[in-house]
Amino acid sequence: MLYATELMGAKTYDAQGNYVGKIREFFIEPADQPNRISHYLLSRGSFQPLLARHDQVASVAPGTVRLNVNERLLEPYEPNEAWLAVQKDLLDQQIIDTSGRKVVRVNDVDLAEQRTNGSIELRVTQVDVGLPGAVRRLFQGIAPQKFIRKMQEQFPPRSIRWEFVNLVESDPLRRVKLRITHEKLEDLHPADLADIMEDLSAAERQGIIASLDEETAAGVLAELDARLTSQIVEKMDPEKAADILEEMAPDAAADLLADLPKETSEELLEEMPGHEAAEVRELLEFDPSTAGGMMNTEFVFIGESASRDEVLHWMKEQDLNLDQLDTIVLLDRAAQFSGTVPVARLLLADPEQTLAGLKIEPLLSLPPDASEKEVFEIFDKYNLRMLTIVDDDKRPIGVITVDDVVSKLMK
Amino acid sequence: MWNRENIEAQWAGWTERAERVISAVRPYRRRIALFLAVVGPGLIVSNVDNDAGGIYTYAQAGAKYGNTVLWSLIPMTIVLYVSLEMCSRMGAVTGKGLSDLIREEFGFRVTFFLMAVVLIVNLGNVMAEFTGVFWASETFGVSRFIAVPLAAVLVWAIVMAGTAKWVERIFLSICVVYLSYVVSAFLAKPEWLVALLHLLPPQLMHYIPTVRPFVQVPPFNAGYVIILAALVGTTIAPWQHFYLQAAVVEKRVGPRQYSATRNDVLIGSISCMVIVFFIIVCTASTLYVHGIRDVDSAGTAALALRPLAGKWASALFAIGLLNASLFAASILPLSTSYVICEALGFESGVDRKFGEAKIFYGLYTALIALGAIFVLFTGRYANAILLWSQVLNGFLLPVVMIFVLILVNRRDLMGDRTNPKGFNWVAWICTIAVTILTLVVAYSSIRELMGHPAS
Repeated sequence: MLYATELMGAKTYDAQGNYVGKIREFFIEPADQPNRISHYLLSRGSFQPLLARHDQVASVAPGTVRLNVNERLLEPYEPNEAWLAVQKDLLDQQIIDTSGRKVVRVNDVDLAEQRTNGSIELRVTQVDVGLPGAVRRLFQGIAPQKFIRKMQEQFPPRSIRWEFVNLVESDPLRRVKLRITHEKLEDLHPADLADIMEDLSAAERQGIIASLDEETAAGVLAELDARLTSQIVEKMDPEKAADILEEMAPDAAADLLADLPKETSEELLEEMPGHEAAEVRELLEFDPSTAGGMMNTEFVFIGESASRDEVLHWMKEQDLNLDQLDTIVLLDRAAQFSGTVPVARLLLADPEQTLAGLKIEPLLSLPPDASEKEVFEIFDKYNLRMLTIVDDDKRPIGVITVDDVVSKLMK
Repeated sequence: MWNRENIEAQWAGWTERAERVISAVRPYRRRIALFLAVVGPGLIVSNVDNDAGGIYTYAQAGAKYGNTVLWSLIPMTIVLYVSLEMCSRMGAVTGKGLSDLIREEFGFRVTFFLMAVVLIVNLGNVMAEFTGVFWASETFGVSRFIAVPLAAVLVWAIVMAGTAKWVERIFLSICVVYLSYVVSAFLAKPEWLVALLHLLPPQLMHYIPTVRPFVQVPPFNAGYVIILAALVGTTIAPWQHFYLQAAVVEKRVGPRQYSATRNDVLIGSISCMVIVFFIIVCTASTLYVHGIRDVDSAGTAALALRPLAGKWASALFAIGLLNASLFAASILPLSTSYVICEALGFESGVDRKFGEAKIFYGLYTALIALGAIFVLFTGRYANAILLWSQVLNGFLLPVVMIFVLILVNRRDLMGDRTNPKGFNWVAWICTIAVTILTLVVAYSSIRELMGHPAS
């Protein structure tokens, strides 16, 4: 195995054994192959630097590189935005380790040799983020090679396989050229992704959010620190921001909009489809420290006279968020709140059993202007997982779930 | 007069007045809330400046040259604000710490050596802080073998037990204790108008006939210049830049909240200098006036105050010293280990558990332990430690300030938030002035360490 640090500054000789220059940079061309070193930058002091293509390299060892062509066949170097530079874009920069789910800083890049007909190709296998890489960076060129190799063995290696490396690039054009996608990030849990984002700079966060699909972006924004969220949304294209807001739960969207300047939030609400905007607007009316400010207006409600079987049929046809559903709100004939049924009770009930017979006692609800302290107390006293909020006519207008309470308490 | 109508009318008058105040404040309510949300880093960083070494220097300056050093406070406020503002701006715009930026832009090796020097310098500073605890304990007649270990455990526990938010709240409330110097100064009964007059350069005020009799022109000799340089050296320290920028990033200050952070830095710089003013005035009106010119520690200054300004002034001075030492002794190791871990890629942060960030907590603990142990067993070298830490500070500061200036003017990092032209000129002049002055301190400290006092 070779390390990029060891090869930097290696003397390069052409096919005739004439000295050409020193290696100053490695380039990867992601559009061609994601991990192959496609070009070597050779500097020659005051002369124009040259480029050696991957198929022009005959052998590579620390300190010396041999080419299989004459110097005259090498092209002069022209900067290319579509190439990833190992030294400039990778070393010392932050990357996302998608397997370890965190942001790390690159100390060195590990390379493997691969023999093809008549030439040697270098492939990036992993990035070094541990102490061995740091030791190499520190002593390279000052201490003898043997000493460095011995020193680095004293420390436990910490590397990330290249497949799990997600580059961070804030310039959108360059991102496209370098084929940086964030598909791998979309597989992470939004909460993990939010933690990762908090370790990055503002421009990088913006870049990542812009390239995620709306659903993931919505999930991440709901998990992020409130101040970061508003910074991101403010800088985003309003249309895209509105699309993401649509994907969010109305209460999360309302919380986000409440932190934005008035004009921005108004603009975003205009962009959103009518009924969702209306829902969010209603929530925005409530003081965030009241039950109304904590509640979510998306909840499942069913007439209390329905039987268990009817309910199950109905639920199958709906597109419900099953991961979050554990309690159903019941309405009586006058469409007033009449109780709640935990989903678990439905499991074991007879098919003909009406929901009215399954509801839990006592009947609990709060008005939207109840203080958050009252909400905490009632959750604590009755060990609730969900609480219904009713208006003056006793109609349910929203629910507070236990996760809303937890995140409020954590603040 | 005390009839009901009259009372009611009076009462109505008061409510009206209160309402007027509230309605005047209301338009700014959002801005005030915003300010309170981001306040902290600037205030903390400037106040930690007035640490044990600082107070010693201020006391020394006041005792030796009286009011004549006061004029340097206004230019110093400007230098402090200019250098800190750049860091907070970089933090808000790039969202990255200073050590991160240096690593990304100047590479691993430069960063490593810089961090090694930061570690040594800050270890020296931590030792100086525990020396401050030692001085304060002497004033109260407590053995240093009780006071210093107790202080070490206390500062260590605060950070180990708390979350970032909680720790910052404690630090912010500590800032209030600095007011003890204000009280101490009032107890010393100085001539306030004369002191205020000296805030303007006495060399110039001297030419105004009306105030001339009150103005004392400083002796312009080597000792005076060295004291001025020492004042600058203790006021602007390299670790501040790292700490402030990291704290601004940690607080998630973005470009929109930035103006509040800038005010925070401004208020911090001014409040720091106000405290310095009171310390100098306090010692100038007592020690200087009574001819006690040589103060060999901040503790001596506190003790010397007793017969001149009363036991309360003396006690308050010592309390201020203890508070400042403890404050800096908890922030310095914290910011040092934070900065080093960030730059070299180790897990860091108060909010992580011990197992997740072993190197971070290890460094933090080691810095405190080494600082405390050193002072316990080699207390008589206290002044040598102080001098050495000032020498090292002097060499590190110009390097850090130049890095800051290069980075803050990089368009690819800062966009259109690079230094405005005029500001940039001021910043470079400040940097050069600070460089020269800190090198003067380094030179005089080395001479003193070699046994040739320069003054």
